[in-house]
Amino acid sequence: MNALELVSRLRTFLPSDAVLHEIEDLRPYECDGLSAYRQMPLIVALPRTENEVIEILEVCYVAKIPVVARGAGTGLSGGALPHAEGVLLSLAKLKQILELDPVARTARVQPGVRNLAISEAAAAHGLYYAPDPSSQIACSIGGNVAENSGGVHCLKYGLTVHNIIKLRVITIDGEILEIGADGLDAPGYDLLALMTGSEGMLGVVTEVTVKLTPKPEKAQVVLAAFNDLRSAGDAVANVIGAGIIPAGMEMMDKITTRAVEEYVHAGYNLDAAAILLCEADGTAEEVAEEIRHINEIMARSGAIEIRTSRDEAERLKFWAGRKAAFPAAGRISPDYYCMDGTIPRKSLANVLSGIEALSVEYGLRCMNVFHAGDGNLHPLILYDANQPGELELTEKFGARILQMCIQAGGTITGEHGVGMEKIDQMCSQFKIGELKMFHAVKAAFDPDGLLNPGKAVPTLRRCAEHGAMHVHRGEEKFPGLPRF
Amino acid sequence: MQYLIDQFADTIQAAGSADEPLIIRSGGTKDFYGSRVVPLALADPLPSGGGILDATAYAGIVDYEPTELVVTARAGTRLSDLETELARHGQMLAFEPPHFGAGATLGGCVATGLSGPRRASAGAVRDFVLGVRMLDGRGEDLRFGGQVMKNVAGYDVSRLMTGSMGTLGLLLEVSLKVLPLPAMELTLCLPMNETEAIEKMNFWAGKPLPVSAICFCDGVLFLRLSGAAPAVRAARAIMGGEEIDDGAVFWETVREQTHPLFQTRKPLWRLSIKSTTPPLSLPGNQLIEWGGALRWLVMDSADADTEAVHSAIRSAAKAAGGHATLFRSDGSCAPVFHPLTPAMMNITRRLKEKFDPMRILNPGRIYPEI
Repeated sequence: MNALELVSRLRTFLPSDAVLHEIEDLRPYECDGLSAYRQMPLIVALPRTENEVIEILEVCYVAKIPVVARGAGTGLSGGALPHAEGVLLSLAKLKQILELDPVARTARVQPGVRNLAISEAAAAHGLYYAPDPSSQIACSIGGNVAENSGGVHCLKYGLTVHNIIKLRVITIDGEILEIGADGLDAPGYDLLALMTGSEGMLGVVTEVTVKLTPKPEKAQVVLAAFNDLRSAGDAVANVIGAGIIPAGMEMMDKITTRAVEEYVHAGYNLDAAAILLCEADGTAEEVAEEIRHINEIMARSGAIEIRTSRDEAERLKFWAGRKAAFPAAGRISPDYYCMDGTIPRKSLANVLSGIEALSVEYGLRCMNVFHAGDGNLHPLILYDANQPGELELTEKFGARILQMCIQAGGTITGEHGVGMEKIDQMCSQFKIGELKMFHAVKAAFDPDGLLNPGKAVPTLRRCAEHGAMHVHRGEEKFPGLPRF
Repeated sequence: MQYLIDQFADTIQAAGSADEPLIIRSGGTKDFYGSRVVPLALADPLPSGGGILDATAYAGIVDYEPTELVVTARAGTRLSDLETELARHGQMLAFEPPHFGAGATLGGCVATGLSGPRRASAGAVRDFVLGVRMLDGRGEDLRFGGQVMKNVAGYDVSRLMTGSMGTLGLLLEVSLKVLPLPAMELTLCLPMNETEAIEKMNFWAGKPLPVSAICFCDGVLFLRLSGAAPAVRAARAIMGGEEIDDGAVFWETVREQTHPLFQTRKPLWRLSIKSTTPPLSLPGNQLIEWGGALRWLVMDSADADTEAVHSAIRSAAKAAGGHATLFRSDGSCAPVFHPLTPAMMNITRRLKEKFDPMRILNPGRIYPEI
């Protein structure tokens, strides 16, 4: 089936403006939040209902046409990068909050609903949806499920996988899977967890039931500055070691604080090697005690300056800088490349000094923002795409950082997903057997490999060519056994 | 300890070659759970034929750094040993797993996926699993997830393994997120009827209060507060009721099912449903946990073990947005787990085929099809 045949086939059940195929209409879909990767899709389909999603998938399944699902397109790993011969399935029109049950504390929503819109709808009941990725004003809940998105509060409140209870998923052959339940568990295998973070490879989500959390009565933040990264890292360990689970704990290095200070005037200490934001939330009594405790620990850990937010306005001001880190990078550099490794916190100082050395080696500046509570590191490599070779250099620099994360016992992606971007690093993180199992899981849902082909899990051949395949002891373990 | 892993892999492969099932078992404290695959007397032949793979020997904590909030332990590690070690550092398994006997192991805990009273507030076993090392049905040594809190590289096989009852692979090592022990804990009791209790549970759960467990039985609501001392005291003042002396003992009886309600040989059903579901009119005594989302039902008499009753229980659970499990029974012929829709069973069967193509690991423990 060629593009025009496909368009007319889809237009038998979709209005003509829900099927796009002119170049100028396709252009907005050629990339997601990772704009370094671009690809025009064959066509774009914009279903308005679950039934239309099913019909589109059935057409594609029969004609063996690839399908790439897309939410708000804010993803940072090229997970929604279109397929040249495929349908880009935009779920943006499925944006209804179908049900909000304030007593059971759940909301049933369509995948195109924005993350923040759920919290806004729940606010009247003193509830909110806890995962708060920095793109929450724009990103959709369907995309959050695909990437298992986190946010600055996830050490205490969990990731997407901890905050959803039910999904409706359409498989590539048009079957409806009702995964999860209105209770706290479901019979059989935990497909809810398997679907979360599966990057649109296993099915298309048409409904998400999320858990809503009571809004804490109060939140307060401590801003501490440190002379060196190691003491800042120690301060983080000391807070956790004291039995405190902060609502948020974020670190920024000097180049970052300087970049954001110029922009938001949060009053950060510009001479500090690192600043730490540590937030407590809960009842007024709980917060008062925790803040007092955090202050003591920061002082004991060698902070050169400690400030506690006196009111809500000051709390937001302290956070404003952290939240502005990405736009600030955009202000001081024509382009930046955001990495997303996770490391055990204890290796923070080593990994950061490694990054500093690489920064010198590649001649590129790097800002570091760190979700210190959960070990998720976001180095922002600053570059200029107009300088020939600089993007390639940046990618090499980034790959080296991810390699360091693996060596430190961490992972190549904490929350942004593998997508197209980190597919080669998957060869370093996993062995053949594991990659084969990922392909097998994919095949259990999508035997023809039509959903988001080429993303998230590299082919074994790609790994062999990439040269990073880990063959254990130089051989496959059980060569006599059948392989899939 | 690699030799043990090699032995396990050999056993799995030998079973595959002989096309004989293999029952994975460690402490045996949860033999009762799921369709019966282990005979009542261990010396008797297995109902399914084949042999038992005893995974107890692969035990011990591999890595534990309290300030990372992560522990990695071998699956044969006794749950009590693990919890003792965590407590020494002021930490705990926040999902408060039931042991059901001194021999309970980490592997059994993760494989059955059972969580205790703190589940509604803190999360379930699966919420704390960060990574696994396992042998699949071919005996291949695989690692998924890791030792960090945030990790989206590859599909979440670690959580898929949780609660899969050994039908997808043999767990070797598990990495878990751990949490600090609360600074203070106290238990309140408030007499009320069931309807009021369900309303209260849901009302409080919607407020930012440090409620860590809640249970209703025989006209009394029990409620545990956990956290910083000032927060617990403030919540206690809001919630009223009487403080009980032996709170820790009480929650242990609920968790371990030594509470008098469970002291029976009559069939015990577990209904996991929407928390706001009004009182269920089903024959038998009930104990409510998890803020209303878990209802234990002890049948009035063994005579109630009929298909009509089973189907009434399943329908009630389904109507309440959940599912019913025949948790304990002596010799009931009813299927243990709630039936899946054909589309869900289809995917389930295909996943089983991928992990265990010879279908040798714990066949039939969850459903006959897998």
